[in-house]
Amino acid sequence: MGTPVKTEPLVLGIETSCDETGIGIVRGHTLLVDAVASSVEEHARYGGVVPEVASRAHLEAMMPTVDRALREAGVKLADLDAIAVTAGPGLAGALLVGVAAAKAFAYGLGKPLYGVNHLAAHVAVDQLQHGPLPKPCIAMLVSGGHSSLLLVPDVAHGVTSLGSTVDDAAGEAFDKVARVLGLPFPGGPHIDRVAREGSGSAIPFPRGKADDGTLDFSFSGLKTAVARYVEKNGGSMNIADVAASFQEAVVDVLTRKALAACRLHGVDHLLIGGGVAANSRLRALAQERCEQVGVRLRVPRPGLCTDNGAMVAALGSELVSSGVSPSELTIPADSSMPITMVTA
Amino acid sequence: MLVLAFDTATPAVTVALHDGRRTLAESTVIDARRHGELLMPGVSAVLGDAGVAREEITHIAVGTGPGPYTGLRVGLMTAQALATALGVSSYGVCTLDVLAYESGLTGPFLVATDARRKEVFWAEYAGQRTRVRGPAVDRPGDVPGDLPILGYGAKLYPEAVGAARIVAGAPEHPSAAALAALAAEEIAAGRTAGAVLTDPRPIYLRRPDAKIPGPPKKVTVL
Ligand SMILES: [Zn+2]
Repeated sequence: MGTPVKTEPLVLGIETSCDETGIGIVRGHTLLVDAVASSVEEHARYGGVVPEVASRAHLEAMMPTVDRALREAGVKLADLDAIAVTAGPGLAGALLVGVAAAKAFAYGLGKPLYGVNHLAAHVAVDQLQHGPLPKPCIAMLVSGGHSSLLLVPDVAHGVTSLGSTVDDAAGEAFDKVARVLGLPFPGGPHIDRVAREGSGSAIPFPRGKADDGTLDFSFSGLKTAVARYVEKNGGSMNIADVAASFQEAVVDVLTRKALAACRLHGVDHLLIGGGVAANSRLRALAQERCEQVGVRLRVPRPGLCTDNGAMVAALGSELVSSGVSPSELTIPADSSMPITMVTA
Repeated sequence: MLVLAFDTATPAVTVALHDGRRTLAESTVIDARRHGELLMPGVSAVLGDAGVAREEITHIAVGTGPGPYTGLRVGLMTAQALATALGVSSYGVCTLDVLAYESGLTGPFLVATDARRKEVFWAEYAGQRTRVRGPAVDRPGDVPGDLPILGYGAKLYPEAVGAARIVAGAPEHPSAAALAALAAEEIAAGRTAGAVLTDPRPIYLRRPDAKIPGPPKKVTVL
């Protein structure tokens, strides 16, 4: 305590937990630049992210992406107040590249380092678009790597896990079902597109754990049910109906559980983030169901939902303004960093 | 001249500071799993020991491997970002060249380090600073020739390489002090884009492990 706190800090955020090398720069809650170099095309032919390919790409892309971000934001490294980086969770080797870069920038510039939790960053990013987060709020994070329901009293100080997937992440189910349907990787956007021509109620796919009283998710049974359906009906199936019905099963469970969390904890603000939050049906159904029960819904624009550096910078900025102590240069890249740790 | 040098291509996380005439401070920790945690604190400790402020550094030199990739990238990413933050140049040096230089040997010899998966990274030298073949990655028994051999890769596989060839008393892992001294000599001689100093980019020698998936597996057994 007693340290003067900067209210509009200029923060560089580095994100390398998966296949996107993300560099974001924010001033307070204002996004100055969000630069992303993606290796997704290199992974597409493997049908999923290959950790070593991602790690190599991060090292190649880091300095050019930092240069581009600084140039577009019109700031110099020396102007920065802090460096924030995803310390976990994520792919260990990929995280390590970002953490090494962040430590070197922080040490070389003599600025504080914040190793932050990727999930908390998915929550904090919404402040760049919709202003300060209501305290508390419920956050649902859904992507290829995570499916979590969180209670967020204050994103700078602590997040509680209310539930998560017991098997596949929601985005993983999209990728796997896309493969079964012969659609390219990553599956999310393709299923979203194809589903628009189909009916979500055509095939009654199972809703895993929908009524089990917990706030956990399960998508592996659904994925298997879709694969069985495709095997059985192969040539005669309507692919748009399969995609739409699968998608409906996922977003039905997601929105039901998210609103159950709001009801249980008496919270009237729901935030949805992560790559699957870019799904148009999830956004529409969540809006409809939130309105029915008087919950305010916040979903960042799709570009801020997928992994990016802006979200890391946004959380870093929040930590600086809240007077949270910086991380040590000894911090590890923690592939299984628990959500209860906002900073490393 | 103040050269900060480090190498993370082997189990050694090694850092040194050299003023063009001598090593001012160095730190080496052997820990194959914590390069990312140990490197920056090592840099900070070395500068502290030497009583040098980071702004006084004039050049950065980093080992480019070959070496196990996860650790290797820590050194290279750190060199690139630190050089940019400090506004100085950074250079790469092949990690096997550092071991060769450090050995002080004059005749022809081989250097080998651990490549994991029962293989070694190796190169052949005509002398202390003249690489004539490699770097390459092979099974220890497939490293050609019968020259004397040094480095941890030789020590790990005495039967495959022939115990009698292993140079007694030679370094097993590279030291940043040798890396710094070699880089300082090259920089002083103006050879900043020669055979020794390169861009700070990794030498991998292997393609990433990844298989293109086959068609989806059947889920029903009928
Ligand atoms: Zn994410």
